[in-house]
Amino acid sequence: MTFIKNMLDKMKPTFSEGGKLSAFGSLFDAAETFFFVPSETAKVRGAQIHDAIDSKRSIFFVVIALIPAILFGMWNIGYQHDLAVGCTEDCGWFCQFLYGLAVMLPKIVVAYAVGLGIEIAIAQWKKEEVHEGFFVTGMLIPLIVPVNCPLWIIAVATAFAVIFAKEVFGGTGMNIFNPALVTRAFLFFAYPAMMSGDKVWVNAEYMDCINGTVDGYSQATPLGQLAAGEPVGYSAMDTIIGTIPGSIGETSFIAIMIGAVILIWAGVASWKIMLSTFAGGALMAYLLRYGDAEALNFEWWEQLTVGGFAFGAVFMATDPVTGCRVEAGKWIYGFLIGVMAIIIRVLNPGFPEGMMLAILLMNVFAPLIDYCFVQANINKRAKRAQIK
Amino acid sequence: MSLFSKENGAVFTGPLNLNNPIAVQVLGICSALAVTSQLKPAIVMGLSVTVITAFSNVIISLIRKTIPNRIRIIVQLVVVAALVTIVSNILKAYVYDVSVQLSVYVGLIITNCILMGRLEAFAMQNGPWESFLDGVGNGLGYAFVLVVVGIVREILGFGTLLGFQIIPDSAYIDNGGLYINNGMMTMPAMALILVACFIWVHRAVNKEENK
Repeated sequence: MTFIKNMLDKMKPTFSEGGKLSAFGSLFDAAETFFFVPSETAKVRGAQIHDAIDSKRSIFFVVIALIPAILFGMWNIGYQHDLAVGCTEDCGWFCQFLYGLAVMLPKIVVAYAVGLGIEIAIAQWKKEEVHEGFFVTGMLIPLIVPVNCPLWIIAVATAFAVIFAKEVFGGTGMNIFNPALVTRAFLFFAYPAMMSGDKVWVNAEYMDCINGTVDGYSQATPLGQLAAGEPVGYSAMDTIIGTIPGSIGETSFIAIMIGAVILIWAGVASWKIMLSTFAGGALMAYLLRYGDAEALNFEWWEQLTVGGFAFGAVFMATDPVTGCRVEAGKWIYGFLIGVMAIIIRVLNPGFPEGMMLAILLMNVFAPLIDYCFVQANINKRAKRAQIK
Repeated sequence: MSLFSKENGAVFTGPLNLNNPIAVQVLGICSALAVTSQLKPAIVMGLSVTVITAFSNVIISLIRKTIPNRIRIIVQLVVVAALVTIVSNILKAYVYDVSVQLSVYVGLIITNCILMGRLEAFAMQNGPWESFLDGVGNGLGYAFVLVVVGIVREILGFGTLLGFQIIPDSAYIDNGGLYINNGMMTMPAMALILVACFIWVHRAVNKEENK
């Protein structure tokens, strides 16, 4: 660590105002505060809260919580590919994981390069420091797209989301909508053929560790099969472990739950939102359950384990910027997300998956819920303070 | 006052740039979102609005002193409605396919805020020649934004311009390329974002004048 510290201290004058590389000052600043807690403190003015953990550190916990889902997603890419080629026996789990890693890595690099590039350019232009919010967004974006999504499309969507969902509102902490979900919404509406259907879930490129390529291999997700009115081809256990086709990070319920435990343990995400989202989803799934559970091979509670429901509930709905901030309001916020997600899934034939739209919709209402609770509290106290 | 005096020039050029009905006054947004998914309807719509604004301005300006103040809005509406009907029928006669594409939006020119705004704010106080210039200027200012948005949306949304293929066939993913048309561009939501970008650029360029 001393080595890094010395190196950064030596480089500092080059990047400061008037230095040779001052154009990259914000990039240097970002790197420095990434390694070390900054030495400057906020100017003492008004009320202050002192905390050892700044937003870079707390956001890092979210990335750590995502690791199980990332690793499982990588393995599942390889597994689904081998399943499609028909060589699951020849290739061990590690080889499948390496295959998935090779497919997944470019997506992560593209999302980070485009998003951070824009953020750094804007920070430099406005003479602000780079905010760290994109660390999580850049990790979430590759996890919520199908494996066949082309890289340039991810780049376009990321640029769109960073500029129009984040920077025009004032950057990290000011955005109304979750930028990762806006990326997905943009992809969903701009390039629907790349985001849904049954051709996008198995990687078709020639990168197989054994042999053979898949050319547009059809593999429907459980939700796709339900939307088509067909019986689901996967058992409940498959959907919980996650050996099903789907967006890269969303398939494994178990991996997501490990992430949820990490988030709650670290106190980064609100357990109230997670719990109430699942409660709302379960209630609505029970009320709107599909006709014949036996024939469809689909119990109502499986709604919570398939598709992006669990991933959205744990990593998206709990976003502290776009979600509700009043403690009591979090129950309502989460509950309505769960309810909306299942309503969209079951009742709207155009959208087999409803979690993205449900969270974006409730992002809009979060400030209203906050306002109602704060106002109710103000009124209550005002009434108490009145002397009769 | 001569026909092409400096004041009259300002009446004409003002709405083209610094007083643009869409970019500065933010009027007529609804139709700007609805008809700009392709360039051709955007051009036809822009020209229709220009013609109607110009002539309704002239007519109202000519009779401005005889219109009773209390029913002036109704009189203005009658004039605009008559012109809209004429334009709508001309479009149906000569460019039927575009008129089908524009559907109700030609008829809805009657409710376009730019028209009523110009009649109330300008034609009721000024002579016919100035009103004509004002109407043409506002119509063209409106048409300009429509054309810009239409060009961007047609190229990115359909890969064509005025119906001609711009992006080569071989670039498409079906033919071994990488490119896919952006479906979002064909939706009104994206038009709203593009208009916002236009306003953003316009304000950034004319920072001083807007203060």
